Amino acid sequence: MSYVTVSDVFQTYDGRPILERVSVDVDEGEFIAIVGASGCGKSTFLRLLLAQERPTRGTVSIAGAPPATEPGLDRGIVFQRYSVFPHMTVRDNIVAGESLRSTWGRFFGEKSRAARTRADETLARIGLDHVADNYPATLSGGMQQRLAIGQALAAKPRVLLLDEPFGALDPGTRLSMHDFLQDLRAETGMTVFMVTHDLEEAFKLGDRVLVFDKPRWDPHDPARYGATITYDFDARDGGIPFQNLKENTHVLQAH
Amino acid sequence: MRLINIKPGPALAAFLTLLPFALAFVAYAIGSEIRLAENPSDKLLPAPGTVGDTMLRLTTEGDRRTGRILFWHDTWASLQRLGLGIGISATLGLIFGLLIGLLPLVRSALAQFVAVLSMIPPLALLPILFIVFGLGELSKVVLIVVGTLPFIIRDLSQRTLEIPQELLVKAQTLGASSWVIATRVALPQVMPRLIQAVRLSLGPAWLFLIAAEAIASDLGLGYRIFLVRRYLAMDVILTYVIWITVLAFAMDWLLRWASRRFYPWAEDGL
Repeated sequence: MSYVTVSDVFQTYDGRPILERVSVDVDEGEFIAIVGASGCGKSTFLRLLLAQERPTRGTVSIAGAPPATEPGLDRGIVFQRYSVFPHMTVRDNIVAGESLRSTWGRFFGEKSRAARTRADETLARIGLDHVADNYPATLSGGMQQRLAIGQALAAKPRVLLLDEPFGALDPGTRLSMHDFLQDLRAETGMTVFMVTHDLEEAFKLGDRVLVFDKPRWDPHDPARYGATITYDFDARDGGIPFQNLKENTHVLQAH
Repeated sequence: MRLINIKPGPALAAFLTLLPFALAFVAYAIGSEIRLAENPSDKLLPAPGTVGDTMLRLTTEGDRRTGRILFWHDTWASLQRLGLGIGISATLGLIFGLLIGLLPLVRSALAQFVAVLSMIPPLALLPILFIVFGLGELSKVVLIVVGTLPFIIRDLSQRTLEIPQELLVKAQTLGASSWVIATRVALPQVMPRLIQAVRLSLGPAWLFLIAAEAIASDLGLGYRIFLVRRYLAMDVILTYVIWITVLAFAMDWLLRWASRRFYPWAEDGL
């Protein structure tokens, strides 16, 4: 039984097909990277997973639950921008990951102190404890995205969705964010979907790489047909999952 | 060097800031001097010294009949009306702005209605307000509310709509209800905009206050100005005008300070 089941999904905007016949099964704990040209429905697919939109046809279901009608606690999201609340301090942003679901959206008294302590632990783990009382606007792009991921994980979602999370970062920061994400994943075993433009990033981080493309193309009407998953690569071990057996040569190796 | 690249130093900037004030004062003093030289009992442009004396008299000496210092009573009456009117406008504007901005159902129902309402010239409604609410305090407060509320609602609903969709989706994935999104995400983000809207509304609010006081009142800054107009008491009028300007400027400054003090994240921009 797969964890995330997308079956025969079509999505149409104003009669224009964006996605057609998208079906994919994902196991719990898999890291799915999604690549494709611009306008090929990657972000639409992510919005469907998020339940921000409902598909014209077909269903998306997580952990056997009935298809969701609106975004909820079981799906966490990190966008390229605007992923943290600018009016809350860094610590409050992490606390918000737990407190927004309560009636008043905040904790009081003992509960609040406990949540702040937990938030400080999270901040220490993601390396933001020295800016806990700052507002996000004073943070660099990489720090803001680390905070956004930490905030999403504080809510303990079943599935984490990343929409080009590192698209606006410089190459060095991007590499350290890869390490950060891989560490977090090893720790939590979370199921992750990540949309990216960077093929290298997709194969480095993903267990599977899904390619969205239009299999049918009408040169007179490029918007006639929608996109679907055209390739589903097994990307473990840098895209060569089965060629990982080293020959044991019994020859002394110089060090 | 291009003109757009020439920036004044701190000293020159301070000088340039004060220059128009000084020029206006000098121009008035000269005009007053010329007229008074021709006719010492001229009332149109009293000498700055006369205005100063009047100021002192108005703010310290009591009324001959009642002994009350009318200047401060006028100020208090006007500020009460203004504060009440703007306060009600800001509160209602915030509530309706958030509702229209956040809830598509309310937006469909009210957005166009408010847009049409905001086109009614409030002063044209003044006679109706006097008839319906009488000549007391209520009609004056209602005029200020009617005059400023539609603008505040429209401004705040627009600001609420401008909150990035990503933030609202993010809040939903953290399990926030509509109520929590309104109070914990949208409300704090539009509060600085509310202060901004109130700052912009203060001008119209003063206008409506003085108009209402001029027509029917027995106390208030606007009432006094229109009363002494009959005696051509320019020194009193000028004193009141200067005082109203100072009050308006102080309010504006206070609101700006509050915005910076309580919403420091909004100043940095994101």
